[in-house]
Amino acid sequence: MTERTTGTGTDEAVESVFREEHGRLLASLVHRFGDLDLAEEVAAEAIEAALVHWPERGVPDRPGAWLLTTARRKAVDRLRRDQAYAARLAVLQVEADRTPPAPPAGEDADLPDERLQLFFTCAHPALPAEVRGALTLRCLAGLTTPQVARAFLVPPATMAQRIVRAKKKIREARIPFRVPGAGELPARLPGVLQVLYSIFTEGYAASVGPRLQRLDLAEEALRLARILRRLLPAEREVAGLLGLMLLVHARRDARTGPDGGLVLLEDQDRGLWDRTMIEEGLALVPFALTGGPPGPYGVQAAIAALHDEAADLWTTDWPQIVALYGVLLILAPSPVVALNHAAAVAMRDGPEAGLALLENLAGEERLRGHHPYPMARADLLQRLGRFPEAAAAYREALALAGTEPERAHLRRRLSAVEPASPDTGTGA
Amino acid sequence: MKYMLLINSGATDAEGGAAECTVEDWTAYDKAVQDAGIYVSGESLADLVTATTVRVGADGERTVTDGPFAETREVLGGFYVIDVPDLDAALDWAARCPGAGGNGSVVVRPVADFGA
Repeated sequence: MTERTTGTGTDEAVESVFREEHGRLLASLVHRFGDLDLAEEVAAEAIEAALVHWPERGVPDRPGAWLLTTARRKAVDRLRRDQAYAARLAVLQVEADRTPPAPPAGEDADLPDERLQLFFTCAHPALPAEVRGALTLRCLAGLTTPQVARAFLVPPATMAQRIVRAKKKIREARIPFRVPGAGELPARLPGVLQVLYSIFTEGYAASVGPRLQRLDLAEEALRLARILRRLLPAEREVAGLLGLMLLVHARRDARTGPDGGLVLLEDQDRGLWDRTMIEEGLALVPFALTGGPPGPYGVQAAIAALHDEAADLWTTDWPQIVALYGVLLILAPSPVVALNHAAAVAMRDGPEAGLALLENLAGEERLRGHHPYPMARADLLQRLGRFPEAAAAYREALALAGTEPERAHLRRRLSAVEPASPDTGTGA
Repeated sequence: MKYMLLINSGATDAEGGAAECTVEDWTAYDKAVQDAGIYVSGESLADLVTATTVRVGADGERTVTDGPFAETREVLGGFYVIDVPDLDAALDWAARCPGAGGNGSVVVRPVADFGA
């Protein structure tokens, strides 16, 4: 970073620095001042100052330290001007005046990384579930509120209001900025992982809207998971989650056709899979699975690994996948896991066996309105040659699918079973 | 920072009293709160059959009615106000409260601070 850039190149350099540094900067400020609003305001002011100074003088050698020093000075100035605010913060933990304004000399890596606290605060169980991901993206990934709103397909005003409310709760109910102790970690870490995974899945298969994959969200989730992995290197489930994301995201280019349509695993061109990403994901799986009972993310990473290692659907290690889903059904039982288990059984033992398991799930509340369920049934019915029933199930799935590429896929499948069965609807 | 723990009982007996926790549980919890030095105040409320509701209309007329009765499933049975550093600490004390078990629940609310 010793290179000094000027002119138009600076904008990009500055932009990338902000994206990289924002989370760290904010976390350091929150840690120092104990107040998210103040931290956000002075972080924004420091970035504004950088936008003025850097194009003239070039990006400093240590941009993170520059931003932190500038923001910290602005915070101290503000606290001096606003005594009432300062008094309120003093009750918390202000130590701004006691610490030297300049950071210690050395590499940026020497700057303390306080982001872990912020991860836990943003994912705090006392906050509404729908705002945890948004807050995490805003505070730790450096996304703006309009960007977060767009990512979650929510009107910007709605998202802004959610975030304001969440910040008010953090401030007034005093949700602490702290890393849970070793004793609390097993109870609190899954909440953080859940937030990252939900950001990832939201990006991987958009629940609504015209585009099947919102890649930027998946990329953001991956970036956050990598940061968390660096911050918690001993936590196997963090490795499991990062591994799972990598092993699934590696298939992104094969998952949609040239027309934007959905391509199922069985039809994907595996040559399009990202081998480098697969290697990186595979390397995490052994660590995630050894040294004690595995966690649900480690097991899911192992399942994804078996898919990624197989040359095609038919040489996939289905017995192993069925066994892993069996483990997952014990660790994290849910009708959705049971559905995947049934689909794997169908691959190992044939469609009849899979269908029997699927029929057992017919009454599950959580699968009602979940289009993968009728989709899986339709697929197995089709493979058994029971076309009228398959057509009915495809129609059911079609009515429930949220994205246009998925609906297009289902229409194609439906047309394949319909002509052969003019007496549709009599088979059920 | 002060938090109020509003202790709601789920199942109530015919008199509208909480049915689940033993007196010993409460005595132990109360002692723990006192010993920790976080106690500000707290009361246990008499059975719901003794409750009376007052409303004053726009015309200033007072309406007094018996009740309310437990049409709602949760009934406020008592409260604590505790003084602890942050929400995590308050949630830990709420979780230890005997009223949080069974069908009961404890609602944690920060006490508004208009001073400072």
